[in-house]
Amino acid sequence: MSGLPINTGYKYGFVSDIETESVGKGLNEDVIRLISSKKNEPSWMLDYRLKAFRHWQSMSSPEWADLRYPPIDFQDISYYSAPKNKGEGPKSLDELDPELLKTFERLGIPLSEQKRISGVAVDAVFDSVSVGTTHQEELKKYGVVFCSISEALHTHADLVKKYLGSVVPHTDNYFAALNAAVFTDGSFVHVPKGVRCPIDLSTYFRINASETGQFERTLIIAEEDSFVNYLEGCTAPQRDENQLHAAVVELVALDRAEIKYSTVQNWYMGDREGRGGIYNFVTKRGVCKGKASKISWTQIETGSAITWKYPSCVLLGDDSQGAFYSVALTHDFMQADTGTKMIHIGKNTKSTIISKGISAGKSSNSYRGQVKIMASAQNARNYSQCDSMLVGRECSANTYPYLEIKNPTATLEHEATTSRISEDQLFYLQSRGLDKEAAISILVNGFCKDVFKQLPLEFSVEAVKLIEMKLENSVG
Amino acid sequence: MSAAAAEKPVLLEVTDLHVNVQDKPVLKGLNLVVRAGEVHAIMGPNGSGKSTLSKVIAGHPDYEIVSGRIRFEINFQMRDLLELEPDQRAKEGVFLAFQYPIEVPGVSNRSFLRTSYNAICKHQGTEALSDAAFDQYLKSKMALVEMDEKFLDRGVNVGFSGGEKKRNEILQMAVLSPRLALLDETDSGLDIDALRIVANGVNKLKSRHNAIVMVTHYQRLLDYITPDFVHVLADGKIVETGDNSLALKLEEKGYDWLL
Repeated sequence: MSGLPINTGYKYGFVSDIETESVGKGLNEDVIRLISSKKNEPSWMLDYRLKAFRHWQSMSSPEWADLRYPPIDFQDISYYSAPKNKGEGPKSLDELDPELLKTFERLGIPLSEQKRISGVAVDAVFDSVSVGTTHQEELKKYGVVFCSISEALHTHADLVKKYLGSVVPHTDNYFAALNAAVFTDGSFVHVPKGVRCPIDLSTYFRINASETGQFERTLIIAEEDSFVNYLEGCTAPQRDENQLHAAVVELVALDRAEIKYSTVQNWYMGDREGRGGIYNFVTKRGVCKGKASKISWTQIETGSAITWKYPSCVLLGDDSQGAFYSVALTHDFMQADTGTKMIHIGKNTKSTIISKGISAGKSSNSYRGQVKIMASAQNARNYSQCDSMLVGRECSANTYPYLEIKNPTATLEHEATTSRISEDQLFYLQSRGLDKEAAISILVNGFCKDVFKQLPLEFSVEAVKLIEMKLENSVG
Repeated sequence: MSAAAAEKPVLLEVTDLHVNVQDKPVLKGLNLVVRAGEVHAIMGPNGSGKSTLSKVIAGHPDYEIVSGRIRFEINFQMRDLLELEPDQRAKEGVFLAFQYPIEVPGVSNRSFLRTSYNAICKHQGTEALSDAAFDQYLKSKMALVEMDEKFLDRGVNVGFSGGEKKRNEILQMAVLSPRLALLDETDSGLDIDALRIVANGVNKLKSRHNAIVMVTHYQRLLDYITPDFVHVLADGKIVETGDNSLALKLEEKGYDWLL
């Protein structure tokens, strides 16, 4: 790597100059009350937050992951930052602060009526709040609700109350408890019975303010026989300090419903010496509650200094199916410990895990996955494939599969490989007329193919470009 | 060498080439001139530097060029090949058929060949072929090496037998139609039928515009592809050059009489 200009290759590292309203650093019950009152929340919500906060105080940070980082000072973080509303606040997306519109446009997410992307509804979350959701009128015609969770607390309180915390309880883990206490915004989706959501839904998360954490909460409910395709993207400015992102996502699929959830995570990963970057501690879980329901997680993890994330499926309904498709790329000093949990409870449940880890530079990349077959899960099946690719000699890759089988009728298959992009491979492709970049891209694409093909086409093109760009500097 | 042969344009000129691998000298003053239309065979005992020569010409990064030069005809001028990256050499018409072809999982043979072909076309200023036109072109080349279409949708060399890999190399050569083809031990690991198919393919690709340099340990390949010149490489140098009869002599007597 030596001799190359220092270039993080991160093109989303800019900071927007937007007047914000934020609360001072520190975390206590008053801060939680303040957040709740800013959002004008019902009292049960505040009670839930306080219950979570008290529980969180009794917990300690998990230490079982393959991650090295100094203890996080939770009192040194601001828990709320929002663009200041002028006057009454915008009535439509076109009335948003032009600087905000410009920010999202620069990120490739135009929000205004004229420019917005057709075929995808976008909820744009800026620091702690959702600044707007496109295509709401169109979705309303189908009865699909897509709005910020703050809004849903007022418009669909009963649904939020029923499902929030039902998949990831506030006691689940340290970061989920913290999120339950301080979450500020996120998306809410409700797809009614029998409706195939006509367009893709997507949330774009942007951290802008410094010394602020982002704690979003997303809840997606798919009623009987419904379908929704949901996409998520994230970026943050380039800063020398570490910033905390601790999100919770809950999915609920009822009888024969299907939820496809895809993420392209590109938080700022720190500079080439390992300074700065986002600490990404995320709990994502879906419950296949209904018979023959399906949930799939597809993630392309390319950013963050630290990634701690295990999107999981609880296969409760008989004949339900869960899937996890993941590409995790680490380079320079990035660390990722990511994987999934598939909990089989219902009969004839099926899960698929395909994980591709690529490590370059001095990074460390671990796959950690659990497959649990409960006694009730007659004829459960799991297929797991975990492949690692090493680029260079100073990086590391680990695979930690955990199996727990309490029903003898289960069928499990597990495959794992580790390979290295070798000079011989590069030379072979180059000797066929492909330059080094094209050669790397061919190798990486081939390696990730099974995951990329799960993504919607435009997302997949974006993901390929992103990974190529990040690896260009990493192959010496 | 006849006067007529001398008039053919020089494609490759290797002059006093010294090459180290991990600080150990492997080539120690090698000279070689290859003209358009010629077939050269480079033979020699194990460890004599045969494979090194072909890899160095193609630009493998593991070799340190200590001194000497390799020039290649590009647009009617002899140009320094060592200044070019391996992909640039390929674009100018240098091709190496690998002794051990590399596997590229997840990338279909078809899309690899197309990407490669189009990259070279682009460099040479010709139009890239549409997918359909390329498939048509590919079909004609597959016939040359008697390869079944099922290979096209498999990963490059993944799960291929040794013989299939070698055939796939010659298919790539047919598709890319290089001006200088270096065949590194292409005959090793081939049974007699596969050898015949591969050799037939190479013979059909021969023209007065291109040249073939075969690196081989055994004489048997030369029964199928008749070389104009046979060179014996020993201890990093060419110690003997002759016509095809030299190969027969080597077959009979071994290398000892030359060393």
